[in-house]
Parts: sequence; C-alpha cells; structure tokens
Amino acid sequence: MPAINLSKALDQSHASRIFDLAEIPLRELNRALHNLTARSNETAWEVLNPKGSHSVAVGVDQPVTIDVRGSVGYYCGGMNDGSAITVHGSAGPGVGENMMSGSITVKGDASQYAGATGRGGLLVIEGNASSRCGISMKGIDIVVHGNIGHMSAFMAQSGNLVVLGDAGDALGDSIYEARLFVRGKVESLGADCIAKEMRPEHLDLLQGLLDRAGVTGVKAAEFKRYGSARTLYNFNIDNADAY
Amino acid sequence: MCGIVGLFLKDKSLEPQLGSMLSEMLISLSDRGPDSAGIAIYGSPSGNEAKITIQSAKPEHDFRNLDAELARAIGTPVNIAVKSTHAVVRTTPDKIDEVRETIQALRPEIRIMGAGDVVEIYKEVGLPEAVVNRFDVRSMTGTHGIGHTRMATESAVTTMGAHPFSTGADQCLVHNGSLSNHNNVRRELIREGMKFETENDTEVAAAYLSSQMAHGKNLGQALEGTLSDLDGFFTFVVGTKNGFGVVRDPIACKPAVMAETDQYVAFGSEYRALAKLPGIDNATVWEPEPATVYFWEH
Repeated sequence: MPAINLSKALDQSHASRIFDLAEIPLRELNRALHNLTARSNETAWEVLNPKGSHSVAVGVDQPVTIDVRGSVGYYCGGMNDGSAITVHGSAGPGVGENMMSGSITVKGDASQYAGATGRGGLLVIEGNASSRCGISMKGIDIVVHGNIGHMSAFMAQSGNLVVLGDAGDALGDSIYEARLFVRGKVESLGADCIAKEMRPEHLDLLQGLLDRAGVTGVKAAEFKRYGSARTLYNFNIDNADAY
Repeated sequence: MCGIVGLFLKDKSLEPQLGSMLSEMLISLSDRGPDSAGIAIYGSPSGNEAKITIQSAKPEHDFRNLDAELARAIGTPVNIAVKSTHAVVRTTPDKIDEVRETIQALRPEIRIMGAGDVVEIYKEVGLPEAVVNRFDVRSMTGTHGIGHTRMATESAVTTMGAHPFSTGADQCLVHNGSLSNHNNVRRELIREGMKFETENDTEVAAAYLSSQMAHGKNLGQALEGTLSDLDGFFTFVVGTKNGFGVVRDPIACKPAVMAETDQYVAFGSEYRALAKLPGIDNATVWEPEPATVYFWEH
C-alpha cells in the first residue's frame, strides 16, 4: 500500500542516525557526514561513546544536527560549515577551529584555543574555556558562560567574543577589529587592547548574541567592551616595546 | 608531542589494579609518542626492604650470577628478579648505596633506572603496549604511578633517554615539553654534586627537584621553584615515595587534564587517557591552571 510506505519513509527520515564509536571507527562517521548532500534526508545524527576521540564531526558542510553524547578530544567540529553540533560533555583543544558557519554548543568545558581562526557561525561554551579562546578569530561569534583563560582573542581580527565570567591575563593582545564583551573581571589586557565605550549599537549586538546563545537572566548592560586601540596596525619602531 | 599519565590511588581496594589501570591509560596515548615508553610504579611498602631497578642491553650476560657475586661482595644475601632487560635488586635500606656501587663496579654496562624503598621503573624503546607487555606492568600493584610515551625532540631515542627520570630515592618525573635553559641548570647542579646519566633536558628537571627536596623543601615547594628556575615548555608529573604532583609552565601549551574521585586522582595529557577509569562520568574533571602547583600526599 503506497500510503503505508510513505509514512514509513517519513518516520525513517525523522529518526536519528546513530553512530556508536565503541563499535564503529571514527573515520566511518566522518565519511558518512562528508557524503551528505543538500538532498540527503538524514538530518539528525547522534554519536555515542566518543571517549575523547579526536576530530569528531570535522568538516561537515550540510545543515544537519549532530548530538555527541560524551566528551571529545582535539578539533571537534573543526571547519564546520552549517551543521549544528552539540557536545554533551567537555571538549579538548581546538573545538570549532576554523568554523565557517553553523553552530557548536559544548555543554561542559572547553580546552585551549576554542574557536581558533573561526570565520563564522556561533560557538557556545556552557562551562569554562581555557587559554587562547578565540585566538586569531576572523568572524566567528563565541559565547562562554563561564571564564576564559590567558591570551584569549590574541590577534583577533573580527567577530565577537562574549564572556559571562572572568578573563585571564593578556586579553586581546595585538587585537584587530574583533569585539570583546566581558561581564566579570579581566586579569590584564594585552598589548593594544583597551576598554571601550558601550554604545547603543553594541548593546543591541550583544543582546542579540546572548539571545542566540540561549543566555537568560543576564543583561547586556552588565558587560564591558574591549577592543583595539589601533596603535599596532602598522609597524612603528617607537612601538617596539609593546610587541 | 609526548603523552604523560599519572594515577594516585586514595582507595586501597584499587591497589591490585594500579598496574593495569596505568597501562591502559598510557596505551590510550600511544599516538602521542611512538619512540619509547616508560612507567614508574610505587609498590606498597614492605618493611625493611629497598629496591634498585637496573637495566642492561645484554641482560643474559650482565644479570647472570649477579646475585651471588653481589652477596659475596657485600656479605649478605641479595634478591634479584629479572624482567626482560630490567631487574629489581632487593636488599635492606642500609645496604642500598653499597649494593649500587658494587653493581656498577661488577657490571659497568648496567644502568641504574632508579632506587628507593618502593619505586620500580621500567622504560624501553618501543610503543607503550610493547613496553607494558615486556615488563608485565599490568600485574603490578601499588599506591601510585606515572608513565610516559615519548616523541623525542631534545636527545636521542635510547632507553636512557626515555622517561621517567629518577634522580633521587623514590623520586621520578615525566615531562611533556622541552626546556631551553637545561644546560645552565645542569652545570649548576653538577657543581652541587648531582650526577647525570644523559644530555636530556628532562633529567635536569628531575635533578632540580631532587636537589630542592634535598635542601628541605617539600614536593609542592620544589615544584613551585620550577616556575622561576626552569625556562621552556613543560607539563611535569612527579612521584615521590608518598606523593604525586603536577605543574604546568605559565604559557601552558602542553595539554593536561585531571580527574578526581573519592578513589583516585588521575592525570592525562588528554581525556582519552582518563575515559575508561572507574566512575569517570561522575568525577571532577578539570584542566590544571598554568603556573599552578597541584600535589597530593598519602
């Protein structure tokens, strides 16, 4: 009966495709994700037993959802271009490195250089991020519910880094045009990074980021804005001490 | 790269499993360093006994009749348990220096891996799994231990260049990173009377800690000193007779993750090393802060 077949097909399209990494090698998961096309109807994926595996769901370029049940190692969701990844655990170094678009949410903590060099998309860390968060970011938006470590947003070029907690030493060292919003205290600012006035357009931008990251009960007005003093854009011998 | 692990048991019921737990932790990090691997196990104290772990490239030759020759030379029986290229020499604590000197006189080719009341150290060129199997590490029991799998950067791939390095009784250290002022620090320590077996930077860090503790500092204070006196990249994991410590340099490039439960404190270069520990899902898991000393003692 055609009607029954159709309803069965619809059911299958809504079910998650489950990969248990205790049973199936990581490369098969990533190959299956890379084989997705705009016409694929497998839009929900679930990854079990990551147990700190590296490179889980890197390079996905289709708008699917991927739920990773556990903690991951290096580079989870690296180069992500459109998928919505949720890590139900913590992430090792380089989560979302060079993300292009889409979103990654880490329910736990993130290790070093979360969102490094990211060009777009939204990275949400619901716990703390450690050192070098957003290093060399180039357009990504990063929202950290907890604290971030030292040397975060080093040489950050564009995009927004929002921190609900505190920031470690040398925040925004040698920063270009990225915007940094910190609600707690900043241990120290890096070379050429300064506190800046929070104008209405910044409050609107920040409120939009908080909304997109699902942050409630926190007002944009509670944050301070930091950015570039723009004195290190071109090499000037008189600034040599600042580098 | 390099991979390092450490496990400090709080729950005595886990002691029979120390060797197998630490072995699995180290094997899980094999792809961080394929050159050589090593492990130090702190066994349960067994009263009036001290141990020296020795190593030989020609064990059939060097270990043959060594127990009888040692007993004749020092006048008391000596027990030797051979494990592949290594052997553990057991004697009484008051005889340990004499036994050590006698071994070196009788068999100049033998290398001393470490000595103390409880520590045994096994290290060789090869992957962690091969090293663990060669020395039957899984069957070993104890209170705490540390391990290392090496990707060599500072000195040759040899047994003596493998970690852990031991430079004092029951003291040893594993290192991920590289030191840049080790030649200077080595010269200063040699002037103090410390002896070195290799050109390796990590041996200098181990000797630095031994020297600090010989001057009366505790493990925590000695580790604090590395932050001002050693230059370079480092995550150190250190064992003493009853203690276990961790410190990272202020830049903290080298990865580190720790887990603590009521049963243990564990260290791994990556979470993979901790993922199979009992109760890990409910453990406190955190990344140790840069330039911050962590240590535990029994």
